[in-house]
Amino acid sequence: MSGNMNLTLKVWRQKNTKTNGELVDYKVNEISPDMSFLEMFDVLNEKLITEGKDPIAFDHDCREGICGMCSMHINGRPHGPLQGVTTCQLHMRSFKDGDTIVVEPWRAQAFPVIKDLAVNRSAFDRIIAAGGYVSINTGNAQDANNLPISKDNADEAFAAAACIGCGACVAACKNASAMLFVSAKVSQLSLLPQGQPEKQSRVINMVAQMDAEGFGSCTNTGACEAECPKGISLSNIARMNREFIGAELGSEKY
Amino acid sequence: MAITGLFLITFLIVHCGINALIFFNDGGESFNKGAEFMGTNPLIRTMEIVLFIGLILHIVKGFSLWKQNNNARPIKYAVQNGAANSKWYSRSMGILGTLLLMFLIIHLRHFWVISRFTDEITSGKETLFNEMKEVFEHLWIVVLYVLAMVSLAYHLMHGFQSAFQTLGLNHKKYTPLIKGVGFWFSIIIPFIFAMMPIAMHFDFIK
Ligand code: SF4
Ligand code: FES
Repeated sequence: MSGNMNLTLKVWRQKNTKTNGELVDYKVNEISPDMSFLEMFDVLNEKLITEGKDPIAFDHDCREGICGMCSMHINGRPHGPLQGVTTCQLHMRSFKDGDTIVVEPWRAQAFPVIKDLAVNRSAFDRIIAAGGYVSINTGNAQDANNLPISKDNADEAFAAAACIGCGACVAACKNASAMLFVSAKVSQLSLLPQGQPEKQSRVINMVAQMDAEGFGSCTNTGACEAECPKGISLSNIARMNREFIGAELGSEKY
Repeated sequence: MAITGLFLITFLIVHCGINALIFFNDGGESFNKGAEFMGTNPLIRTMEIVLFIGLILHIVKGFSLWKQNNNARPIKYAVQNGAANSKWYSRSMGILGTLLLMFLIIHLRHFWVISRFTDEITSGKETLFNEMKEVFEHLWIVVLYVLAMVSLAYHLMHGFQSAFQTLGLNHKKYTPLIKGVGFWFSIIIPFIFAMMPIAMHFDFIK
């Protein structure tokens, strides 16, 4: 079909967490520009399977930009060349016939490679488990609008809650820092009334877990915000810093 | 980094202000007076110690940050397109800082050591102004100083606004203002500093 592309892929292959990996070259032919990036990988994997070879492991689930699984570092950028999209929302029309595309897993000490392009992001789960919830009793369901919340705060909490935990922020950051993710999770609760009672312990515990996981420290390059598929804002990081400093100074716990 | 950085920024303002006295072009008279005040006033001398502590903390913290952040990604990307998502100088604070540290050693050797650890200036044999004239006779030193000020400009261009973000001082109304002030500060202060060796070398100041 006209408009179809022949491409060279350089894909990271790694047997398991313990072994070393390497970039391996693959040729894919007759790729339609309407295919998503993951569908192109499906085509390649089917070819590998019919050839009796080991298909490439990569994470994916919803394929519509909401689950955050599709972690691929494409030509030097998480989720590839477009802004505000996940890998599953990236289409082959963003590439040209004859292109060479380098695909690597997220690189971070806290995200060990499981196999090929799939990385273990359970560090994020442990950060959430450290405080990203509300454990006070909120009683029965109340009448709508019983709790007054300003529109501004509601909007900001909603925007922070859009984080899908994909880890592109960590992948993009030169320090592999998880500040954008953690600050979004802190903000979505601390902006709302139900989040107030545990505000101080939440930020302290989540930051402590983040550090324990081995993520780097934020140096405010802004790469995370630029690469985040959900447009999570750097102002969340400032909010978390503010709350953290306040909690460290103000809380009575050591 | 943020607190020590902001502290060092206030020092730059004082340092730049006093040194700019050479631009009065009065043969260094006002400048020497300013330098003498700075060299003898007990409050300033105490601040000098605080300044060194601040500087050392900034360096030590910067180094440990670099190390920690380097460890956070043990296996690097084969391809990383940083230019697509961030400014090169925001990703190069460590390198820029190291260049500034190397410059500082040379710079302290030129002026601070002479004025504190020899009696050249206290005995009245020499003035700091004449010392400047002598040092900046060499063109390569002038070039070195100007290059160092370019590093300073980029270091500040990221550091100034970054310090506020780290301290959580982010605000819809004030953050654009902070960014604007930071930008111009990063250009004006290093520019004034850079003009000093240039003006001396080419005898704009006598
Ligand atoms: S902040 Fe953005 S990039 Fe980071 S995990 Fe959430 S959605 Fe992904
Ligand atoms: S597969 Fe769910 S976001 Fe891409």
